[in-house]
Amino acid sequence: MIPAHFGIWHRLGARLLQVSSWLVLLFLILPILVIVPLSFNIEPFFSFTEGMLRLQPEAYSLRWYQAIFDDPKWILAIQNSFFIGFFATLIATVLGTCAAVGLARDDMPLRRLITALLLSPMIVPLIITAAGMFFFYSELGLAGSYLGVILAHAALGTPFVIITVTATLTGFDYSLARAAVNLGATPLRVFFDIIMPLIRPGVISGALFAFITSFDEVVVILFMAGPQQRTIPRQMFSGLREQINPSILAIATLLILVSIALLITIELLRRRAARLRGSEADVPPAATS
Amino acid sequence: MAEQAGDISFLQFTNVKKTYDHKNLVVKDFNLDVAQGEFITLLGPSGSGKTTCLMMLAGFEDVTSGEILINGRSVTSIAPYARNIGMVFQQYALFPHMTIRENLAYPLKIRKQPKAQIRAKVDEYLALVELQDFGNRYPGQLSGGQRQRVALARALIFAPDIVLMDEPLGALDKKLREQMQFEIKRLHEQLGFTVIYVTHDQTEALTMSDRIAVFNNGIVQQCAPPHVLYERPANLFVADFIGESNKLKGVIASVADDTVSVRLDDGAQVSTLRANCSEIGLPTTVSVRPEKLTFTDRLGSAGNQVKARFITRHYVGEYIRYHFQTADGTELVVKNLNDSSAPQLSAQDEVALAWLPQDSQALDRQDVPTTL
Repeated sequence: MIPAHFGIWHRLGARLLQVSSWLVLLFLILPILVIVPLSFNIEPFFSFTEGMLRLQPEAYSLRWYQAIFDDPKWILAIQNSFFIGFFATLIATVLGTCAAVGLARDDMPLRRLITALLLSPMIVPLIITAAGMFFFYSELGLAGSYLGVILAHAALGTPFVIITVTATLTGFDYSLARAAVNLGATPLRVFFDIIMPLIRPGVISGALFAFITSFDEVVVILFMAGPQQRTIPRQMFSGLREQINPSILAIATLLILVSIALLITIELLRRRAARLRGSEADVPPAATS
Repeated sequence: MAEQAGDISFLQFTNVKKTYDHKNLVVKDFNLDVAQGEFITLLGPSGSGKTTCLMMLAGFEDVTSGEILINGRSVTSIAPYARNIGMVFQQYALFPHMTIRENLAYPLKIRKQPKAQIRAKVDEYLALVELQDFGNRYPGQLSGGQRQRVALARALIFAPDIVLMDEPLGALDKKLREQMQFEIKRLHEQLGFTVIYVTHDQTEALTMSDRIAVFNNGIVQQCAPPHVLYERPANLFVADFIGESNKLKGVIASVADDTVSVRLDDGAQVSTLRANCSEIGLPTTVSVRPEKLTFTDRLGSAGNQVKARFITRHYVGEYIRYHFQTADGTELVVKNLNDSSAPQLSAQDEVALAWLPQDSQALDRQDVPTTL
């Protein structure tokens, strides 16, 4: 809305700002959006056919989706992506949560230094991390193995878990932990009975971030993975060079859907966590009987 | 009440000291013997070390030196979770993700009591704090007073040897606070547990405690039953901190057993009880409670008298506060019951303020050791 007190030049400027903002937004998402209709192309082209532009139903098909599920390479890549993603997420979540809980303690020595070190995989250029991992893991005989790829992805995902769990721990009422100790809980029980349930939203959203990180990752895979460990992004990468056909667009569309689903989940969790922190009165979903 | 019963050394603090930075002592030399079933209050301004003592007993802070003994056994050898001490926190510290029933059951579950027994215990304690209908609610759905009652029940349900309360009523409004004071006293008398209660609210301390330890600067200034604390404060700090007191400066003229005669700065000679004041010829302060001081002639010529001019009066309701000033500028306050027979005063009227020698004391500030 343009305020009523704006003069003509003001109005013109405001309108210009609106238009240019929309253009920037389009520039950012158009390359992604354009993939979706193209993946339904009946022809093996990466461009819109005349029939598609006229919205003729026979110009569209699901053949590239079919092609993915008929190709053992793609099947393997999908399996790999979920397998590696799952275990990398598991490791990252356990390590990241432990690290965040430890770093949240007041008496933790060298807190800033350790935090910076743990978060460094997010900041250091990925190609450097990947190259370093490649040389290091090769020495250990882990390059080209599932374990190697999983550990590498876990290292990339851990910082996200640390960040989200640390965020839920700020403002955590430690008198709850003290109360539990007082009532007889050992430190381990305090963690599982009291701390864990209260930071769960942070842990889950951290886990989802870690999963997306692994799921979308291609650089480390290029260095570390052998033919057996090809993931979806890696398969797309070679698909772009070897077999140019819209299967890539179909799988890209699927990846977009997975990413959107995960992001929506994270946002819902974030709102839930904010509600939990915000007003205690809203805590229980349906417990009044 | 189990006030005088039981072993005096049920809970014992001996020469307990605490420092956080290896320079300043937060608790300087804490000694206290608590009998089983006793209600002890640690009272003092914030930062006086009272909460630290509680935290050391609960095991959340280390003891720098000295010893805390429960039944003759040093607590430092027992892990905090194994001390069997209940605690009520200022902000309740109820587990927000558990229902009230689950909160109460938690200490029993940890102690691996059978399910049926836990259910019965939880029912019993819900009834005890009159929250039978709230068992399935979450803490967030209760009012402040109700949460406080849950916190209390949770601290008691596992039958701890000692219950610690850290300013448990600080977050409640005045009416609820008084109601909860009554509630805590009722449970204490009914169940007979030992209480260490921390507060900075002197009224709360006076109404609830068997004995009160007044803290200042990490030192216990006086530890005594409420009426002794109020009527016979051991030093000026206690006289000031507990209730109000009028202070008249003077020099000790003569000393006889437990009374002294003091020449006040404005020339009047008064006789008063001797507390911790020094020797003849040294300065001291005579402390009189505002309600013991009167400008009516109900004391006749029996008491001490000082001359003062009337300044103003404040109407409080059940009583009226009269403000006076002596010739040397000392301000004096008289609390008089709202009594229509009291003489009417107008500003600058000069009156004689009288009190009985046994209602006043000659006091000094207590010197406190401050080194490690």
